[in-house]
Amino acid sequence: MSARAATVRVAGGQGFWGDWLEAPYRQVTGGPVDYLMMDYLAEVTMSILQKQKSRDATRGYATDFVDQMERILPTVVERGIKVTANAGGVNPRACAMAVAEVARRLGLARKLTLGVVTGDDLLGRLDGLIARGHDLKNLDSGRPLQDVRDRVLSANAYLGAAPVVEALQRGAQVVITGRVTDTGLTLGPLMHAFGWAPDAWDRIAAGTVAGHIIECGAQASGGNCLSDWKTIPNLAAVGYPIVEARADGTFDIVKHPGTGGRIDVAGVTEQLVYEMGDPRSYITPDGVADFTTIQLAQVGKDRVRVSGVQGKPATDKLKVSIAYFYGYKAVGTLVYAWPDALEKAQAADTILRQRLDALGLEFDAILTEFVGANATHGPLALQDIDAATIPEVQLRVGVRSRDKNAVDRFTREIAPLILNGPPSVTGFAGGRPKPEEIVAYWPALIDKKMVEPLVELIEA
Amino acid sequence: MKRKLVALAHARSGDKGDTANVGLIAKKAKDYPLLVKQVTAARVARHFKGMITGPVERFELPNLHALNFLLHGALDGGGTISLKTDAQGKVFSTALLRMEIEVKR
Repeated sequence: MSARAATVRVAGGQGFWGDWLEAPYRQVTGGPVDYLMMDYLAEVTMSILQKQKSRDATRGYATDFVDQMERILPTVVERGIKVTANAGGVNPRACAMAVAEVARRLGLARKLTLGVVTGDDLLGRLDGLIARGHDLKNLDSGRPLQDVRDRVLSANAYLGAAPVVEALQRGAQVVITGRVTDTGLTLGPLMHAFGWAPDAWDRIAAGTVAGHIIECGAQASGGNCLSDWKTIPNLAAVGYPIVEARADGTFDIVKHPGTGGRIDVAGVTEQLVYEMGDPRSYITPDGVADFTTIQLAQVGKDRVRVSGVQGKPATDKLKVSIAYFYGYKAVGTLVYAWPDALEKAQAADTILRQRLDALGLEFDAILTEFVGANATHGPLALQDIDAATIPEVQLRVGVRSRDKNAVDRFTREIAPLILNGPPSVTGFAGGRPKPEEIVAYWPALIDKKMVEPLVELIEA
Repeated sequence: MKRKLVALAHARSGDKGDTANVGLIAKKAKDYPLLVKQVTAARVARHFKGMITGPVERFELPNLHALNFLLHGALDGGGTISLKTDAQGKVFSTALLRMEIEVKR
């Protein structure tokens, strides 16, 4: 880029795989934006994609992304908007091929360069890494990965903004990545647009904070916002958040004019503390942001200014997200009506547990919740109300076991309670619950030097 | 007099494995010191007694008039392992807002 713009606008288009399908289109057509970032990868998503890829080598990416690109590509190409998305999952190249195919079908052949970022996938390298002393200890339990090695389904290092920047510098208009951090998808465009150095720690931290604010989509513009929630206007047509950044690292959070939702200091603060650990050390592959330095100011309607962000140097580790097969679970539910709704549900739970016990089934856990009474607030909820007035309670019992047969047998113990348990029970229309496979998450660290991001370009 | 936190603060929470975080934000900056003084890690641990199996950590964000709490062992193993309705700790935030603190009349 020869002349650098005074401000660069990065729009948040998807907060997770399954987010509002209308959002990306509205972001690229509702007003000026330079970049559209889209986050698709939750921790468990990678293992699902790995399973798809093992069945069909052309799959393993977020297919929704391809449909969304089909809808926005004409606008994106016409306006020169760049896209960053971690929709590539465990097969970014196949994802890029699918988008290239769509581009050709839309008559955009030769008008679109795709960047593909790989190198995050460690599944095929695990044994070699373990043999060389990288034991990939679980960050929570401290156990070595060897404990579950034979059950590992996916293993991906979190890459940062660097390969995204490289792809943009080499001329990619749409950058499709594997497991790049959510924040890297916003920071990368800002580093590229403003020429920020990888060791300009305050700028890196600012771009990371910007990414954190918009990576959950509308959660920064009025969605899931508790502060004065009843007065948030027109969530039906909510405007997703946009970072309007300046080269000095300050930026505003805004949204397109005429859209619903609200951008205010209270709402942006809620998003800043979402999934927060130690606020002084928000660690990404790119650097460490200090959230206690962030200054927020309402500088206009639906415009919050973010400034003052300070950062520290990156660590020499990358986080690795590993998924492994754990076992099975199932959840059964029944609904009990007034009078004595809660007592009936409690009695049914007791009976169910006596029967499971008599069958000698082995479970790692049995968890009972009374939805409508204590499922979300536990014993705190019942302190504030008269339990006798509760109109209905859903009994919700979940079990977890390595033994599939035990879980399967549990699923057959719910329905009988309708006729042979406490009275005034209904709500079994969904039928017998289905045992589900549990794919569990194993967070670990690896030396950065062991992971080499790879960038390639594909012409549509 | 005693008031519930819901009158003085708003909150949002999320998860990291088996840990839920609760960000507690003063609605008015002037009330932030009240939160710092009374909503201690020990008090929050007592509040959530029976709901969490691990310790509570607290961090201060005076710039945002906010406190961040980490509630360890809150999510029955967390993520996909958890059998809880709120496996990702999304509404632990509002459970904290039930706590009562002492305010001047």
